[in-house]
Amino acid sequence: MRKAIKTILGASVVAMSLIAPAQAAGDAKHPGVIDWSFNGPLGTYDRDALRRGYQVYKEVCASCHSMNQLSFRNLSQEGGPEFSEAEVKAIAKEYMVEDGPDDYGDMYEREALASDRFVAPYPNDNAARAANGGAYPPDLSLINKARSGGPDYIHALLTGYEEAPEGVEMRPGLYYNPYMAGGKIAMPSPLMEDLLEYGDGTAASVEQMSLDVTHFLNWAAEPELEARKRAGFMVLIYLAIFAGLMYASMRKIWADLH
Amino acid sequence: MSGESTYDPGTGFTQWLDTRLPILRLAHDSFVDYPTPKNLNYWWTFGGILTFCLVTQIITGIILAMHYTPHVDFAFNSVEHIMRNVNYGWLIRYIHANGASMFFIAVYIHMFRGLYYGSYKAPREVLWILGVVIYLLMMAAAFMGYVLPWGQMSLWGATVITNLFGAIPLIGENIAIWLWGGYSVDNPTLNRFFSLHYLIPFLIFGVVILHIWALHVPGNNNPTGISVKSEQDTVPFHPYYTVKDGFALSLFLILFSYFIFFAPNVLGHADNYIQANPLVTPAHIVPEWYLLPFYAILRAVPDKLGGVALMFGAIFVLFLLPWLDTSKVRSARYRPLFRQFYVLFILDCLLLGYLGAQPAEGIYIVLARIGTIYYFAHFLVVLPVLGLVEKPKAIPESISEPVLAAKPAE
Repeated sequence: MRKAIKTILGASVVAMSLIAPAQAAGDAKHPGVIDWSFNGPLGTYDRDALRRGYQVYKEVCASCHSMNQLSFRNLSQEGGPEFSEAEVKAIAKEYMVEDGPDDYGDMYEREALASDRFVAPYPNDNAARAANGGAYPPDLSLINKARSGGPDYIHALLTGYEEAPEGVEMRPGLYYNPYMAGGKIAMPSPLMEDLLEYGDGTAASVEQMSLDVTHFLNWAAEPELEARKRAGFMVLIYLAIFAGLMYASMRKIWADLH
Repeated sequence: MSGESTYDPGTGFTQWLDTRLPILRLAHDSFVDYPTPKNLNYWWTFGGILTFCLVTQIITGIILAMHYTPHVDFAFNSVEHIMRNVNYGWLIRYIHANGASMFFIAVYIHMFRGLYYGSYKAPREVLWILGVVIYLLMMAAAFMGYVLPWGQMSLWGATVITNLFGAIPLIGENIAIWLWGGYSVDNPTLNRFFSLHYLIPFLIFGVVILHIWALHVPGNNNPTGISVKSEQDTVPFHPYYTVKDGFALSLFLILFSYFIFFAPNVLGHADNYIQANPLVTPAHIVPEWYLLPFYAILRAVPDKLGGVALMFGAIFVLFLLPWLDTSKVRSARYRPLFRQFYVLFILDCLLLGYLGAQPAEGIYIVLARIGTIYYFAHFLVVLPVLGLVEKPKAIPESISEPVLAAKPAE
């Protein structure tokens, strides 16, 4: 059987290398690979990048994009931007939410609490579409998991806007971006130099803001990432020892046979 | 089960129980003193691994069902609720989602082991058929489970597959409407898929019990394919195979853990993290990897009904396998020609799997047609003819003979 497997593996490799080039001729440009701090088996988020990224989201993206899966309290959770609870309360307070009905049956507005969800820019999908020329700005809670290429793709997209090449017809309200499937995207290039002033004094270049907000979006999509990788490391160590013990037991039990 | 029961109810209570419900005797005879060929290799450990997979899926599934809401308006968000707010919800869900893939990796190895060593041949035809029934149920359970998170691939995968029933002449359209509980995949569909997804694993569990029963009547096949001749050929299942299965399982768990903790989404599709939207069709609708070969066969046929027929035929032909293979020799070890065709068949399955993930156009369609024809030819032409023309190698007298011969002289 061993020989059979070798043949199969060998033939598969050859076959794949023959077919693979055909697949590479895709539609969109391939994003470059970035060495994120959260990559790798022991990857963690960079707290400063997460905080700066939240600022970019809040001051730039949030005017069109919701993040419905997140609550303000998540911002102080372990493994995230880790704002203090007081800071989170202060952030939430900047927003108004509708609550109720009260004892008289009326709905009322109040300041948001840490337990409230992020406040969406539009009351519903139709309003979002109407305000954006018919294109729906997607919710960003899961965007890094919902696009193949993940964070590399998001960063490439945010920084990849170009003049449309000769011969590509652009309808008004569409912008050329080679990383987008089809090359046309309804979102204008959202970032420009010094669009905002970082609280920690970092220079707000387009590259920097894009890296930061992508970092933040990755945490939003995978808030469990640090805990998951840590647990996984322990589990693998445990299993390696366990497998070793099982192997030793097996050798001992089978040794008295024959 | 071969031989007399060796169960000895030691205590007063177990004696009392043994004369009323001999369940401990059954367990002892099935899993402790069950005589097992002593030459089983690691390919035989996947039965135990599969049992582990089934139990893992059932336990994690029950916990997920406690937090999941089968409604089109809430399903997607309830999955995110599990990921974000339920204690270790991400762990439970990632075990369950990757567990499905691991289950299929194990079942494919298990099946191809059976194909190589002729484990489907007399007297194990019923054992094999029950296995194919389990495989079918697994595919149904996995397909419905993939619909539950209500992402884009959930909705559109379900739409493609349920539309297949529309290809049946005359009554097809009504069958599709009956399956959907409406005129498209919608809330009633999601609701019933959840109900059935919860039911099927227990059906699988029932058939697994029959599968083990059907295994324990003739006993295990083994790498030589030679029937057990004497007690010298066997060892008791415990501790010899409990420890070997345990070792193999712990290696399998290392692979499983790698996916759960470090690559939990590589086996899924990014589009399924976009909430289902009936107004937006994804550019490429692809099923989960373990269904890709059948998807390739489906799309290889220009006619819809023909494609559906061949796709189901590709599984149905497995039921007939014990009678299509005309060779009396079980193990491929002694079948030089069969061995070559076995490798070709695996390559064909891998090719079909690759093609199932590609768009159905140009060269891919041509290759898929060749792959499909070869798939059926393997069962309907190669296996029946090989048994008649192949000259098998010399077969040892007993299991113990090659085992002893393989050992260096002391």
